[in-house]
Amino acid sequence: MTFEEIYKVIKEKFGDYVGELVNNPPSDAFVEVSAEKLFDICLELRDNPELDFDYLMCLSGVDLPENLQVVYHLYSMRKKHKFVLKVTVPKENPKVPSIERIWRSADWHEREAYDLFGVIFEGHHNLIRILLPYDWEGYPLRKDYKEPETYHGMKVPY
Amino acid sequence: MGILNRLDNPYEVGGIILGTLEDILNWGRSKSDWYLHFGLACCAIEFMSMNASHFDFMRFGIIPRATPRQADFIMITGTVTLKMAERIKVLWEQMAEPKYCISVGSCANSGGPYWQYGYHVLKGVDRIIPVHVYVPGCPPRPEAMEEGMMKLQKMIDQQAIFRKRQKLAEEEKLFALQNKG
Amino acid sequence: MATTKFIDISFSKIESDRMRLNVGPQHPSTHGVLRLEVELDGEVVTNVIPHIGYLHRCFEKIAENMNYQQVIPYVDRMDYISSMNNELPYVMAVEKLLGIKVPEKVEYIRVIMAELNRIANHQIAVATFGLDAGAFTPFLYLFRDREYILWIFEKATGGRLLFNYFWIGGLANDVYPTFKEDVLNIVKQVRKTNKEIEELLIYNKIFIDRTANIGILPADVAINYGCSGPVLRGSGVKFDLRKDEPYSIYDRFDFDIPIGTGEVGTVGDCWDRNIVRMREMEQSCRIIEQAIAQMPESGDVQSAIPKKIRPPKGEIYFRAENPKGELGFYIISDGKDKPYRVKGRAPSFVNLSVLPEISKGYLFADLIVILGSIDIVLGEIDR
Repeated sequence: MTFEEIYKVIKEKFGDYVGELVNNPPSDAFVEVSAEKLFDICLELRDNPELDFDYLMCLSGVDLPENLQVVYHLYSMRKKHKFVLKVTVPKENPKVPSIERIWRSADWHEREAYDLFGVIFEGHHNLIRILLPYDWEGYPLRKDYKEPETYHGMKVPY
Repeated sequence: MGILNRLDNPYEVGGIILGTLEDILNWGRSKSDWYLHFGLACCAIEFMSMNASHFDFMRFGIIPRATPRQADFIMITGTVTLKMAERIKVLWEQMAEPKYCISVGSCANSGGPYWQYGYHVLKGVDRIIPVHVYVPGCPPRPEAMEEGMMKLQKMIDQQAIFRKRQKLAEEEKLFALQNKG
Repeated sequence: MATTKFIDISFSKIESDRMRLNVGPQHPSTHGVLRLEVELDGEVVTNVIPHIGYLHRCFEKIAENMNYQQVIPYVDRMDYISSMNNELPYVMAVEKLLGIKVPEKVEYIRVIMAELNRIANHQIAVATFGLDAGAFTPFLYLFRDREYILWIFEKATGGRLLFNYFWIGGLANDVYPTFKEDVLNIVKQVRKTNKEIEELLIYNKIFIDRTANIGILPADVAINYGCSGPVLRGSGVKFDLRKDEPYSIYDRFDFDIPIGTGEVGTVGDCWDRNIVRMREMEQSCRIIEQAIAQMPESGDVQSAIPKKIRPPKGEIYFRAENPKGELGFYIISDGKDKPYRVKGRAPSFVNLSVLPEISKGYLFADLIVILGSIDIVLGEIDR
């Protein structure tokens, strides 16, 4: 199925919670959805036999100037089509529902997005830091991050 | 092999060598150094190639030991991050004297390509443990690492054993002076 | 020299007859700096929690401060065992955003280098897997062959392990005149050694007893966890990005996709993942021979390199088949000469998350064999 057909199926079922399709080649096309219905949309994408998205390729966080964004890249092994979802949340309250119960690969990806951006995934069974030490302060991949002067007595800058 | 060459000396006949006890002990120590099995990143792959049959590190008398209690020296091969630095410090403290450290690769020497924007990279392992030999390269060739090992052997050959306490005190003072910043 | 204290967290509340063992960051059998917190009931593993991040080198933050061309050496250092395969999806992603088409000769050289690096990677994977199970001789044989491949890379690019060879729009320099003969000699040598390794290690009864029926990964669990590469193909799923979503010029070559069939055990055990890697080396040899035969003699490898690399505003996710799995790069560009966001989706990061699932109920010695069969490299897990 093409991107437009998948978008039509989702838009019919969820109406206002699904945004507009943005398609400018050579960039990838994407759809922005609202954070409240994310879990139901993803469940529909996985369980609907026409769509059949059984493989989460990538889950990444993005730091926009005013908000934080989480991008999901989905793929179907049997039908061989792709889909891209985006969820935007404000920086003061960056809460996104967790989809680790739908695709188990989201477990570590969500921990990484929390670690580097500070996006809080509600419903995750173990949301703690994964790459940085457990007592690190700050979220490094935000654009306004300043690296600390020392960490446990070691000098950090060159 | 400084000691054994002297057997060709015409004035020392009958297989008798005159020398200091320090020479003999240092010769034994430097020609059978055992290293701690420790590899961090890309330089560790070149280290593995060095152990394989083409470059053959073991002909120097060097074998890997898995536990720090039995190791003589440690080769820091790869980038040292802040999370790993504390563990390296603990490993270093677990090793028994006399112990040495070879820092292999630019990441261990001074942070490597991550020196400018790496917030989690320790810019040089000599910020936490004393280093005796630095091997440059990214990654260094196995021959370069063997040359670093030979430099360490030369250093051990000239080391003092019997005035050790004075020497250690001097080394500690120098280390503290260098790392005041 | 004060003693250090580090802040650490242990997760599980263990029952009183279980033991918690720490397979620490410095260990001969973890493939790099990985910490496994293992909960044991005698010798039987009941839970495993991997702790990573000991090699987190801030690749994504650095990439936001460098030009598109300057990111390529950092991409090399993600999976440092097969560096050319890392550069390929990044370079192709940026070329797709810019709309550049590279000359034919560049495509062929890229494919030959990528497949040679795939063979080199699988040689290390099989060698260290044998070491994990206790066999030392295959390590020496395979590293000797790997030296021959590294000599070709050194003559062509100047580096043995990390190359910075694929540039956006072309290559750093052309290959040397006797490249084709050298590569064909290598292919002959690789085939010869693989036959020896099969007799010595793969069909050895002791090795089969150690690795068959261990760490069984069912196909639907593998897909849900996002596994890719030999881990997925060892479970019987016939999926390879070079055939299912062909990129570069892979659609011009004729090769098979080996999958695990449970030949000496069950489908999806450690032996299956290993035999997939052995057979992939043979298929890579076939691709290399066809590429050498079809490669054009003349052509400028630097003719399509743009003067200024400034992709238009947009984003792209491009993935390629690395030896360890699917490597994807998600690049967001905002029109400047430095990328806005680069995310590397590493195959080992996703493959390692399946370790707790497949190692429950086996002995502790089997856990090391399972970890070796997943074939991880910490440089790309931690980036």
